[in-house]
Amino acid sequence: MTTTLLRIATAGSVDDGKSTLVGRLLHDAKAILADSLDDIARTSAERGFGGEAPALDLALVTDGLRAEREQGITIDVAYRYFSTSNRSFILADCPGHVQYTRNTVTGASTADAVIVLVDARHGVLEQTRRHLGVLSLLRVPQLVIAVNKMDLVDWNEQRFSDIETQILGITAELGIKRTAVIPVSALNGDNIVDASALSDWYAGPTLLGLLEAFESERGQGTARLDVQYVIRPQGALAPGLAAEEYRDFRGYSGTLADGELSVGDTVQIISNGQPASSNIKSIRNSHGEVSTALTGEAVLVELTGEIDIARGDTIIAGEPRVPVREIRANICVLSPAKIIAGQLVLIKHGTKVARAKVESIDHVINVVDFSSSVATELQLNDLARITVRSSAALAVDEYQNSRTAGSFLLIDPDSGTTLAAGIIEAQNAAA
Amino acid sequence: MTITANAPTHVRRSVLDELEAESIHIIREVLAEFENPGLLFSGGKDSVVVLHLLAKAVFPARVPIPVVHIDTGHNFGEVLKFRDQVVARYGLNLVIGSVQEYIDRGELTELPDGTRNRLQTRVLLDTIEANRFDVVFGGARRDEDKARAKERILSLRDEFGVWDPRNQRPEIWNLYNGRHAPGGHVRAFPISNWTERDIWAYIDQEQIQLPPIYFAHKRQVFERDGMWRAVTGVSLPAQDEVVSIRQVRYRTVGDASCTGAVLSAADTVPKVLDELALATVTERGATRADDRISAAGMEDRKTEGYF
Repeated sequence: MTTTLLRIATAGSVDDGKSTLVGRLLHDAKAILADSLDDIARTSAERGFGGEAPALDLALVTDGLRAEREQGITIDVAYRYFSTSNRSFILADCPGHVQYTRNTVTGASTADAVIVLVDARHGVLEQTRRHLGVLSLLRVPQLVIAVNKMDLVDWNEQRFSDIETQILGITAELGIKRTAVIPVSALNGDNIVDASALSDWYAGPTLLGLLEAFESERGQGTARLDVQYVIRPQGALAPGLAAEEYRDFRGYSGTLADGELSVGDTVQIISNGQPASSNIKSIRNSHGEVSTALTGEAVLVELTGEIDIARGDTIIAGEPRVPVREIRANICVLSPAKIIAGQLVLIKHGTKVARAKVESIDHVINVVDFSSSVATELQLNDLARITVRSSAALAVDEYQNSRTAGSFLLIDPDSGTTLAAGIIEAQNAAA
Repeated sequence: MTITANAPTHVRRSVLDELEAESIHIIREVLAEFENPGLLFSGGKDSVVVLHLLAKAVFPARVPIPVVHIDTGHNFGEVLKFRDQVVARYGLNLVIGSVQEYIDRGELTELPDGTRNRLQTRVLLDTIEANRFDVVFGGARRDEDKARAKERILSLRDEFGVWDPRNQRPEIWNLYNGRHAPGGHVRAFPISNWTERDIWAYIDQEQIQLPPIYFAHKRQVFERDGMWRAVTGVSLPAQDEVVSIRQVRYRTVGDASCTGAVLSAADTVPKVLDELALATVTERGATRADDRISAAGMEDRKTEGYF
């Protein structure tokens, strides 16, 4: 399953030149229009950027909100858009220094590829390990390490190759399958969009070249449809449709999370009631009726037979699956509110929201060296292994098999705040 | 809206297919999880696309929620006419919040410059409260502005409608959490990730109707602040501003008193797409006096409860 739309995210601190890299990518991909460029040129000149040789400060492209400038911080993930002749990109630009874990998790959760910056002068720092650790938990399909500021180490091949070896050692250890390491200078635009004349020893692709060629491997599992919204028009049909044709229409809408689903397929219905099976009677995607729906499509299906299905239930192809109530997962704490063992929460998994309890905090994970330690409470940005017990049985899967079936949110039932993002790691015992 | 039956199965999904699926997913989540949604509908291209997606999300049912128009009294007549046609075609309920009525009752005072963009916020918030909407869909896109670039797809607003960029809820995977404090509400932006170009390409693909002012037409205009402003009852030239007849079109639809036209010969959707491919100025920069107040124009208005 491939698409022409690629979702990417950046991770790195301000000092690594991340803003400049993002600015350079947008600038060289010609995604910055003249009026914005004029503003950047004016501000660059005012600040004397480039000294003797005035230049554009491309970091200004990502200059944030006034509220941020006043406090000198970057608050939040910003989304940028650019396209080349054969691909469109959505870039989640994640601030590195404040709440980096929360922001990186947010940006990387939907990303096909994540760009991590490393300063060529400093090499792999603890922060780099931290980013790689978080990204390995999120199982980002493609990791790109941009070794930036190569101009400041005179494009020294040995320097680059030392960093590359170190990075590949870490990613292999973390089980990250696809890692590319690219020597770049965001400031001068080397190996970002155009190949650099200064790195004839480097035979790999440019940053944009790599992203353009990337083919995602999404949706290879069994078909899974979490029911979002049951559509029964009864009297309230869309204008122009024949009433007799839709009199008893009852369709289940949702986004096909994995796999393919075809008319005639036998499916299992996973709900709180008795397990049931049925067959796909019809499928409609946004273009109209189809015989097969693909991963990622927003669909509406009809089933054969009389079955009671509601939002939150799951329609799944293949072998019957036993839903579980007890889930062991790694979570990233997203809220300043503490999480303690015994806490009552809501769990949102797929389209189901159920009451749940944090059964235990098993350990806190140090993402730098993956050592674990005991804790009685969790705080913002902590990563931890916990056990959650849900009041409703959930059709979970391991995150490495399915981003949808393997992820959940924990929500505070009183304030409604999103407390944590959960990644389901191991198969769980049946409830 | 036309839904083509038996379209071929797409093997490699296009950008528009992907964006459309994401938007429909968001719309269905919101319809399912909230009690009383509304759709902010100006007749502008972005809100027209959101309505089109909404109709697809609930097909074959009728769009189950009302559309809400904040009428500043400065709208283009063509756009109001278009709005009413769309409402009739989809069989919708239309809720109007009228800025003019507030001014007539003395509850709002005209600004010195005569524009009404900022006056909408109060009317919008009152309309949301009076109709007990717990969520309203809007057509804002993140590529429009740097404040929008950081706004969530489900954007929490407190009882004053205020957007607090420092206190946003992280949005992870496609798991949306729309819970909000009593008295507050949520703005849902299902086309956050679309660009201006995506919108036009989709309008072309789906053959979506738009108000005529989006396409090249002859109009009496005068130049002000580098923009071509229409001569209307609420937008009159000063003595030294020369009126001429030009072929223009609008890139955005706002008030006649603060929206400028661009010189253009693009009278069809494909020609607009060609024009955009060569555009050197951003959409809002080209046409919106309201965004030129300061670099933080949008940020300021959003924190006051604006769209």
